[in-house]
Amino acid sequence: MNLDPQIPDGPIADKWDNHRFSSKLVNPANKRKYRIIVVGSGLAGGAAAATLGELGYQVDCFCYQDTPRRAHSIAAQGGINAAKNYQNDGDSIHRLFYDTVKGGDFRSREANVYRLAQNSTNIIDQCVAQGVPFAREYGGLLANRSFGGAQVSRTFYARGQTGQQLLLGAYSALSRQIASGQVQMHTRHEMLDLVKVDGHAKGIITRNLVTGSTDAWTADAVLICTGGYGNVYYLSTNAAGCNVTATYRAHRRGAGFANPCFTQIHPTCIPVAGDHQSKLTLMSESLRNDGRVWVPLDGKNCDKNPNDIAEELRDYFLERKYPSFGNLAPRDISSRSAKEACDESRGVGPGGRGVYLDFADSISRLGESAIRERYGNLFQMYERITGENAYKRPMRIYPAIHYTMGGLWVDYNLQSTVPGCFVLGEANFSDHGANRLGASALMQGLSDGYFVIPYTVGNYLASSGAGTISPDGPEVKEVLESVKERTSQLLSISGKKSARSYHKELGQIMWEYAGMARNATGLQKAIGEIQDLRDHFQKNLLVPGTGDRLNVELERAGRVRDFIDFGELLCRDALERNESCGGHFREEYQTKDGEATRDDENFAHAAVWEYKGEGKTPVRHKEELQYENVKLAVRSYK
Amino acid sequence: MKLTLKIWRQSGPTENGSFESHVLDDVSEDSSFLEMLDQLNEQLLKQGNEPVAFDHDCREGICGTCSLTINGYAHGPENSTTTCQLHMRKFNDGETVTIEPFRAKAFPVVRDLIVDRSAFDRIIQSGGFISVRTGSAPDGNSIPISKVDADKAMDAAACIGCGACVASCKNASAMLFTSAKAAHLNLLPQGQAEKDARVLNMVSTMDESGFGNCRNYGECSAACPKDISLDYIAKLNRDHAKAKIKKIFS
Repeated sequence: MNLDPQIPDGPIADKWDNHRFSSKLVNPANKRKYRIIVVGSGLAGGAAAATLGELGYQVDCFCYQDTPRRAHSIAAQGGINAAKNYQNDGDSIHRLFYDTVKGGDFRSREANVYRLAQNSTNIIDQCVAQGVPFAREYGGLLANRSFGGAQVSRTFYARGQTGQQLLLGAYSALSRQIASGQVQMHTRHEMLDLVKVDGHAKGIITRNLVTGSTDAWTADAVLICTGGYGNVYYLSTNAAGCNVTATYRAHRRGAGFANPCFTQIHPTCIPVAGDHQSKLTLMSESLRNDGRVWVPLDGKNCDKNPNDIAEELRDYFLERKYPSFGNLAPRDISSRSAKEACDESRGVGPGGRGVYLDFADSISRLGESAIRERYGNLFQMYERITGENAYKRPMRIYPAIHYTMGGLWVDYNLQSTVPGCFVLGEANFSDHGANRLGASALMQGLSDGYFVIPYTVGNYLASSGAGTISPDGPEVKEVLESVKERTSQLLSISGKKSARSYHKELGQIMWEYAGMARNATGLQKAIGEIQDLRDHFQKNLLVPGTGDRLNVELERAGRVRDFIDFGELLCRDALERNESCGGHFREEYQTKDGEATRDDENFAHAAVWEYKGEGKTPVRHKEELQYENVKLAVRSYK
Repeated sequence: MKLTLKIWRQSGPTENGSFESHVLDDVSEDSSFLEMLDQLNEQLLKQGNEPVAFDHDCREGICGTCSLTINGYAHGPENSTTTCQLHMRKFNDGETVTIEPFRAKAFPVVRDLIVDRSAFDRIIQSGGFISVRTGSAPDGNSIPISKVDADKAMDAAACIGCGACVASCKNASAMLFTSAKAAHLNLLPQGQAEKDARVLNMVSTMDESGFGNCRNYGECSAACPKDISLDYIAKLNRDHAKAKIKKIFS
């Protein structure tokens, strides 16, 4: 597997400039001769499709939703980082770069992250010009806030709906290209396979989710922008439809999958209420600015009304363990501490998996109206979901899977190990290392889509030449037939169990053994259990109806089938990474105080998995990460 | 709790549909309306029936995918709430709940409770954007925008494009949606260059898509999960009239 990252020469600040200059260009008159497929219409896919259409390429864009405006980028609340330094508080491109590499626990690729920080400022300009209604000061200039423990105020935001507003910006640019005919939009289409001809990505196979028709589409390059795989845990903050199928199918066709075990768990989500639960809801992290996290000192008191538990019988565990950061300790650390408290049977709420986030002190200090002004919409959302009034009684929160840093391996050009197949946004692995900082996901999706891919895909196309193959060619037909066969196989099992019940079981295994804390014994057990689950699935799955029409259960079955295989890969990756870093915490590798122990000597690399065939063990390769501009250091928040 | 569900089934856009009744036991009052439907679907599967198709995605009230007319109300009787955020504790044990798709000529049924809302996309494609090429934008702070205008634009931009406004209007008018989308851009300095063309084109696409006329009933705003104000409809009418007059005299 060729894992040359293609990092350009020169000092880090000049690399992207040098690269743009040395990249080949496609003559403007020739751009219309090239077809590009974009899968996914979130921030990365929407921005890429709009921009490539604008440049004159013929673009086909696909999404499983009923309109490109619904991709799950829409749910991001907090904001988007940019090194504008409008606040004059010491920010710079280099500082954003450094914070991102450090926040990622030194497992991301320097050159990519530097470029991300460079592009961040253009993103804000672009979005403002599109009409994104960012928050403003009274003087009319853009407002900023500090977010996720950053020491500078570099986060731009649009109330609690930054993701929605940025996505609507990309969607409006995309709509303009659809109207002009440069982009053909295919909604309610799901990518089910990647087509390769002579080793290059030349097309995809989709299922039309309304008519059931399975079709081949060919192009000169394929861009996969299909987001993360958090739903492998069944319960996550992802949308119900988010899935790993596009990236996993590309992996099966030769694209290396990097660091699947790097998953991020967000500390402030509403806990699971019961068996009916289908998703977890994130409450903005900003709540921790005014809320105090605690559990009863003694597990006996867990069922008591929290207001009746005396101060001295409470354990404010974050303040106790991390006196300088307290309730604002980073995501991974806060999450793990909550888990530990619950593991000690001191958790509260249904199933004992929850900790209190208490606003009583802030309310008595600032008044209820001040808290209402800051978090009114969140308290309202909390009440809608739990039926509890958080002004009167502490909130209950628990960590949940939120984002996945791993993804298809890409080089500096965002090209996967399959030439012509590019991967953008959360679907790739490169920028966040082992842990993503708040307000960085939106930045990366838009940077990839608006400002990176237009250059790098052009370079690829100029080198490979136009020549979209016919959708009727033998290589295409072969893949098309295999997809059809797989669909009819899912329909023919005729067992008794629904795809959802398998998904739930998979989620339980993943959360138990590959969740917030992992160990070798548990991971080995998980791999065995997942293999058993797969066998059971193959024999007992029930998909009602037929494949020639809208069939929600068939869609789900295909996605769950890929999640099962992918879950095994994630566990393997977690098992092989014998260190704790970022979102990956291996219980064997910790200090006496329970802090993560990173192993830079042996694991300062991206682990890239190569698919070897059905039932065969995948092979682990490495891309050694070179740190020339930052010094590896221990993250300490004591 | 135990519920009787009177639920719309329709196997395709051209087939006739009808209501089907199902009794559902052991519904947790903590579950969301969509989780209750998940439970119904698991039950239907066990009984050898096909599950009910319905649209949903983020399940946190922001993507605008979920729909449903519940007991006659778009997104159910709860104010400022999408169906996915509606919880079963708002219903009573033993209640009969009627569930229908969003009904409008411009939103044809795809299957069961799923409707085709692509008319909204076409309205946006006809003018719901600011034409700016990637990379050609000036510095974000080069155009100051008063906080008042920015906030008003943000209020309009909060529309999630779910279509509840259309489903709740007896004329199935899309004026609240179209006006919010137009106002978001028309209120900003960046949106001025294309303002007239924007309102003329968006309104004519809206009319061509089969939406009815606005008669100021105000049901749309009452049903809107994001509380989009009727003021935007007034603004669209003003902007449209001005654009039309300018066109006549130009």
